[in-house]
Amino acid sequence: MPLELVCPAGSLMALKAAVDNGADAVYMGFRDNTNARAFPGLNFDEAQAAEGLRYAHDRGRKVLLALNTYPQSDTWQRWTGAVDRAAKLGMDAVILADAGLMRYAVKNHPQLRLHLSVQGSATSYEAVNFYREHFGVQRAVLPRVLSLPQVEAVVKNTAVEIELFGFGGLCVMVEGRCLLSSYCTGESPNSAGVCSPAKSVQWKETSSGLESRLNGVLLDRYGKDEKAGYPTLCKGRFEVSGETYYALEEPTSLNTLDLLPEMLKMGIAAIKIEGRQRSPAYVTQVTKVWRAAIDAVKKNAESFAPAPAWMAELNKLSEGQSHTLGAYNRPWK
Amino acid sequence: MNLSLGPLLYYWSREDTFAFYEAAASWPVARIYLGETVCSRRHLLRLPDWLDLAERLSAAGKEVVLSTQTLIESESDLKVLRKIVRDGRFLVEANEWGAVRLLSEAKLPFVAGSTLNIYNPETLDVLAGLGARRWLPPVEVSRTALAALMERAPDGMETEVFAYGRLPLAYSARCFTARHYNLPKDDCQFRCLDHADGLPLSTREGKPFLTINGIQTQSAGVYNLIDEVASMREMGIDCLRLSPQSHHMARVVAAFDAALAGGTNAGAGLAKVMPGPSVDGYWHGRAGLEQDAAQHA
Repeated sequence: MPLELVCPAGSLMALKAAVDNGADAVYMGFRDNTNARAFPGLNFDEAQAAEGLRYAHDRGRKVLLALNTYPQSDTWQRWTGAVDRAAKLGMDAVILADAGLMRYAVKNHPQLRLHLSVQGSATSYEAVNFYREHFGVQRAVLPRVLSLPQVEAVVKNTAVEIELFGFGGLCVMVEGRCLLSSYCTGESPNSAGVCSPAKSVQWKETSSGLESRLNGVLLDRYGKDEKAGYPTLCKGRFEVSGETYYALEEPTSLNTLDLLPEMLKMGIAAIKIEGRQRSPAYVTQVTKVWRAAIDAVKKNAESFAPAPAWMAELNKLSEGQSHTLGAYNRPWK
Repeated sequence: MNLSLGPLLYYWSREDTFAFYEAAASWPVARIYLGETVCSRRHLLRLPDWLDLAERLSAAGKEVVLSTQTLIESESDLKVLRKIVRDGRFLVEANEWGAVRLLSEAKLPFVAGSTLNIYNPETLDVLAGLGARRWLPPVEVSRTALAALMERAPDGMETEVFAYGRLPLAYSARCFTARHYNLPKDDCQFRCLDHADGLPLSTREGKPFLTINGIQTQSAGVYNLIDEVASMREMGIDCLRLSPQSHHMARVVAAFDAALAGGTNAGAGLAKVMPGPSVDGYWHGRAGLEQDAAQHA
């Protein structure tokens, strides 16, 4: 079935919100750094995961487990233990980035379905097919760097299902190939499961405005009328050749509602909504809009146009209250 | 333990690029990595030019390795990759898993580059089985983590470490140099040519932070492990990678060569020829931008 809606579940409440509002699948992580949203107070212990699975399965929905950080030599067992637990719990798939961990999963749990995480940085069909041939990966989540025609070239040249990010926080860098966070704080998504970690953030009111710092590095300074966003490193304002601006990316969100007909036509298997760190209320609203949109495009792709009310609702929820088509739309690059 | 010259990460004129490698032919580096790894729009040297250079440097006694593009986006990117693999004359460094697939299918030995994200011995073992003979850890990996990994590395696997230069930290579909000039990427007017060591990015209080290099983001600080040479040798590291800069590269190589020969204080004059402040935080398991105070008090 094309265009499966995959929604974020940072908590049991969020999982239920996603399921109740029309997600075909939810994705979650265990409560440690085996996933790329290793935030305090987020994610599932084993009992909660079991309850979430029951809730979703009773309603015919799937649960995917993100194990998408890179295990280190001395912590290897934490990741293999997580794969074992995923299999035991009956997860519908595990989302992995590390090739060594994939080999472990295939060897020890051959029945467990594998998805290639966006953190695996596969941007070509050659890379995607590598994971298919060696580990039987059945679905790949593509980094947010390809234009739609480039995505189509991947889809046409692989038997692996392709999942795309549809909405939420926008990584401007190739996921899995960004060490900006550890350069600044010592912790990166790859090795620690966090980007621009909250514990390294400092806010300070100064005479020249509200300042946000990450491990002491000034990321931005806000005027009185400016809304301050979470200080994600790549979305700060910096100086380049005497000019101060968002040198890497504005604080904006990805929103691809406009592209749904093309995604359907090219055979995209699933649309992923970012935001395991967001509230159940957020998950409810985003899931509702995307469910309606996907149903509408499947009913009639030719006449599909995003309803103004959907766009308004999503814009309200967006970081910086603005959105972009990102790399899917070539001029963004 | 010996030295390698990493791939040129910036975009220089044809003349400057050839002049750089002509000089490099006489530097005390055992290996030279060649090729465009950052951006497919950089075309002043095309693959045949790189292959000519490879022949010349090989004749001068260097081991030449062709390094592949890190972010593959289009079919034409894949075409170049296939040509590199098909050429077969030189060892290839795979910088993403599509290259690994092509090289292992062709049953060719290869170097597993740092952007393959090898963080544990199991993944290194997967790559060894596919033909990797040498590997580089991600630049954020600490000495302690690397030592733990090397203890269980497959037999015969050589370890190379990025030991000098601005750190390649991130890759994007977006070109930040073109963005700086308000140009679309497809019509970037090759502004990278004006920034031989990248475009410096500072915080709003004027502290150097990062370096813009087209679609790549580098550190502003220069990773410099010259004071760690003895301990790296003890760990069994085989090769130290020095990343090209536009000026004084010969002096950088000479300083590391002196350190390898056991010279004390080999790095003393290095600060004068570095394009940014020295950093070594990653090596010590801390934030990359930090510098070990004990070493540089």
